[in-house]
Amino acid sequence: MTPTPRPLRLAWRLLKRDLASGEVRVLLAALLLAVTAVTTVGFITDRAERALGIEANRLLGGDAVLRGDAPIGEAARQRAAAPGLRATETWSFNSMARVGANLKLADIRALGEGFPLRGSFTLADREGGEGRIADGVPAPGTVWISRAGAQALGASVGDAVNLGTREFRLAALVLQEPDAALDYFNTAPKVFLNLADVASTGLVQEGSRVGYRLVVAGEAAAVEGFVRATRADLGRGQRLETIDDARPEIRNALSRADRFLGLAALVSVVLAAVAVAMAARRHTRRHLDGCAVMRCLGASQRTIATVYIGELAWLGLFAGLGGVAIALALQALVAGVLGRVLGLDIPPPGLLPALQGLGVGFTVLIAFAVPPVLALRQVPALRVLRRDAGAPEASAWLAGAAGIGGLAALVWWKAGSAQLGTVVLGGILGTLAALALLALGLVFGVRALRSRLRGAWRYGLANVSRRAGSSVAQISALGLGLMAILLLTLVRTDLLARWQAELPADAPNRFVINVQPEQVAPVRDFLREAGVRNPELWPMVRGRLTAVNGEAVTGASYAERGGRARRLAEREFNLSQAASFGSDNTLVEGRWFTEGATTPEVSVEVDFARELGWKIGDRVRFDIAGRPWEATIVGLRKVDWESFRPNFFVVGSPGSLDGYPMSHITSVHVPAGNANATNELVMRFPNLSVIDIEAVLNQVRSTADQVSKAVEYVFYFTLAAGLLVLIAAVTATQDERLLEGGVMRVLGANRRQLRLAQLTEFAAIGLLAGLVAAIAATLLSGAIATQVFDLPWTPDWRLPAIGGALGMLAVAVTGMLATRRVVATPPAQTLRAIAG
Amino acid sequence: MTIDPSIQLPPAAVATVLEVSRLSKRVALPDRVLTILDAVSFSIARGETVAIVGASGSGKSTLLSLMAGLDTPTEGEVRLAGQALSTLDEDGRARLRGEHVGFVFQSFQLLPSLTALENVMLPMELAGADDAEPRARDILGRVGLGERLGHYPRQLSGGEQQRVALARAFVARPGVLFADEPTGNLDTTTGQAVVELLYGLNREIGTTLVLVTHDERLAARCARRIRLAGGKMVE
Ligand SMILES: Nc1ncnc2c1ncn2[C@@H]1O[C@H](COP(=O)(O)OP(=O)(O)OP(=O)(O)O)[C@@H](O)[C@H]1O
Ligand SMILES: [Mg+2]
Repeated sequence: MTPTPRPLRLAWRLLKRDLASGEVRVLLAALLLAVTAVTTVGFITDRAERALGIEANRLLGGDAVLRGDAPIGEAARQRAAAPGLRATETWSFNSMARVGANLKLADIRALGEGFPLRGSFTLADREGGEGRIADGVPAPGTVWISRAGAQALGASVGDAVNLGTREFRLAALVLQEPDAALDYFNTAPKVFLNLADVASTGLVQEGSRVGYRLVVAGEAAAVEGFVRATRADLGRGQRLETIDDARPEIRNALSRADRFLGLAALVSVVLAAVAVAMAARRHTRRHLDGCAVMRCLGASQRTIATVYIGELAWLGLFAGLGGVAIALALQALVAGVLGRVLGLDIPPPGLLPALQGLGVGFTVLIAFAVPPVLALRQVPALRVLRRDAGAPEASAWLAGAAGIGGLAALVWWKAGSAQLGTVVLGGILGTLAALALLALGLVFGVRALRSRLRGAWRYGLANVSRRAGSSVAQISALGLGLMAILLLTLVRTDLLARWQAELPADAPNRFVINVQPEQVAPVRDFLREAGVRNPELWPMVRGRLTAVNGEAVTGASYAERGGRARRLAEREFNLSQAASFGSDNTLVEGRWFTEGATTPEVSVEVDFARELGWKIGDRVRFDIAGRPWEATIVGLRKVDWESFRPNFFVVGSPGSLDGYPMSHITSVHVPAGNANATNELVMRFPNLSVIDIEAVLNQVRSTADQVSKAVEYVFYFTLAAGLLVLIAAVTATQDERLLEGGVMRVLGANRRQLRLAQLTEFAAIGLLAGLVAAIAATLLSGAIATQVFDLPWTPDWRLPAIGGALGMLAVAVTGMLATRRVVATPPAQTLRAIAG
Repeated sequence: MTIDPSIQLPPAAVATVLEVSRLSKRVALPDRVLTILDAVSFSIARGETVAIVGASGSGKSTLLSLMAGLDTPTEGEVRLAGQALSTLDEDGRARLRGEHVGFVFQSFQLLPSLTALENVMLPMELAGADDAEPRARDILGRVGLGERLGHYPRQLSGGEQQRVALARAFVARPGVLFADEPTGNLDTTTGQAVVELLYGLNREIGTTLVLVTHDERLAARCARRIRLAGGKMVE
């Protein structure tokens, strides 16, 4: 064993003594709490986030999908065969399909046994027939064709369908595919066959363009394992497909979920920091005398600093390890419950939250506990003789700066989004400033008021205005704690409710595509007659991006902007044109279209434009069915994808796409349990395809629901942390209060007077802190709602009243409990115990 | 504030203002029971000045707190102003103190959040007096702090703080004043000034004075001495 360095040994002995005398218990408890809170919340949010991610991918037909332009290699297959996983493969390619004399370019999907691993196909045995759930993939020798595709090919069930060199029998019509919503713009007939039959068609040969997919599903842990190993070993042309690439709605929902959970975790960090700061303050005050004595006995400033910081280091170590251990137990409990409540398979805990918890513990310790301890160095030896000699306050600035700096680092790091971090940090600083100002105002206000007050009242209020620094610190801590709790309350109820309300029950759940130009008017009339109030049809043109600002581009040109940018650029674009936009579009930059523009203009969805690096004024050129089309970007707009109306990344000015091959798209709401409501439409206009986006809608809805529940659990935990902060803040000045209470007792104050004095003080502090906290929480949640979550917001001004009352009540109750000792014990004992 | 008739007795009825009978205080230590005071008995007449002396740790402060009702004895009884303290609860004892007792501590024990004036007004306010302020001003003037009324304790020197404490102790014209080493934290000269003030006020108001001190000269100025040794009365 190597000998422990001397100061550390001294520090260790100091800690042991402090622990025995109870001096350091508050700090230890606060640190333990900090690490436990951050780690537990970290564990829970991390696991919930990952569970949501896996869940959303189920729209791909499995939990994870590896996609490549070459056959899937043996290594990946073996990984997919790991215990806890099921796997299958699909191939897709384009080929001509012939039914009788009808020949059409079709989208061929060859399905491996077991596909889909998640979701299902809905089939019909004849045109207009009832739908039924498929119980497998097409039997060898048979194919299924999408209903609209069969219509286009003029095929009925039982007909012969020719693919390549082979003839198949059409066994069923596909009404719904598990992953149709992913690319609903594709109007080519879709033909599904058994993977085992592909070879016999002779269609797939060296050099054929085929999309190979390996689809995997299973236990969350196994899926994550597969994804991790696969990601580390991606071959050329391979990628892991994720749903958020394909569906902006789900991408939105998931990132919102992340931010909600991140916010919850953030709040726990703020609370933890406040608790430690308060406890450290008290710790320092209690050590003033000891330090003075050490100075008298010849200890250098260096020694004192080393010893006390050493003690903190030991404390941090214990609190860190203890906190992580407790958090592990707690999160296991909560994850179990959460898994059941959410109906999610929650993946196992990762190591990261534990490291984060430890990191937060030490950051908080360094930022909040070290500066006051460093101030101990400056304790004058004179204090041994005169107790009132110098409690060092000059370092308050250092402590404040270090504290805020540390908090800022924590907030930025934990927020996971720079925007959320900035908003929350701004909120915290604003709140602190308001609290400090108000506390100062109170200090002066009470001074003016005190001559009119008598006895117990005066004493209570005088205490608030005593030593401005101490009051300001206490009110700020309380206010910050209350603010965090209120904020989370608001987020939990208000913001989440708004999110869910954003998805009205009658949101469109079917897209109707392939409406030909001459059908627009009849379809609109039909829909109007069917009760759709204001049917809107959007034109749609498919094109490929060929040049930007005159320079030819391909997907590869975007490779350096990341895989997503490359895929977006490579995909066929769905272009539309419109004179104006619905309320689900808001202009972010530039302008809308102006009337009478002579050259084509486009308005681009803002996130999409950022991903590709497009700016206002850029000229983008597309190839539409062999003809070039170029337009200038005049506006960037934000799209509220949760409206579930058809929206396009790129929209041209009115008339700019006239003359190009065009179809139209519309969206309708089909009430639940009335799945055949669109049948009549399809009978009237057989070439139309109806795409069920219910699955996407449900996924977004359930993400919102699940996040609400997860946040709720986190909330209870944070609430407990908040209460402990309250106790830490109140007990921070407990010693002085007890001592003064004892003196008042000696002077003849009775229980009622004493309690009234204390109640006045606590109530004033609580009222003030609660009021500021509530106002701050309201404003902050507004900023978070509009800036970070893109949700509408209206302030609820009842909240400050509620917050003030709540703060008053909470602080009064905690404070009265913390100081009840003074009325219960004889004053001599109180004085002896505290004054020593 | 209403005054409990049971404790407001006509002055003539109490020639003996303080009576201590078989007073004992024991505390349980982890390994044994420590006897701090052992069956102490004596009585003090109205207007008497008494010094309690003895070695450090002999139980002087403990005796004083018991007499003032700041702590409860293990055995025995204290009668203060005709009232047996054991019959009163904590609030009853506080009220008795408010009406009959003044207290001066070695470490002053002024409330840091209150000004000198407010500190002195406090006991009268607690007792519900209407003329607290003029009386507090008056007595602070007499201890020589008429110019320092609005100052906070930390703005005052030790001697000045103790003078505020004296003013606070005498302002309600208490029947008994307890002082625990009132000069212990002060230098000789300042201590001397405080002592003069203490005796001056005492004579003027006619208070019974019970003080604990190490200072033989201070003790000598008292009419009577009670000496403690190891918790027992030896003189
Ligand atoms: N609550 C207690 N618990 C343990 N020991 C106590 C307690 N109260 C008093 N003592 C002990 O009783 C003894 C007498 O204490 P006290 O304060 O009355 O002494 P004192 O005569 O005032 O001493 P000094 O002159 O030093 O002030 C001391 O040894 C003290 O440590
Ligand atoms: Mg003593």
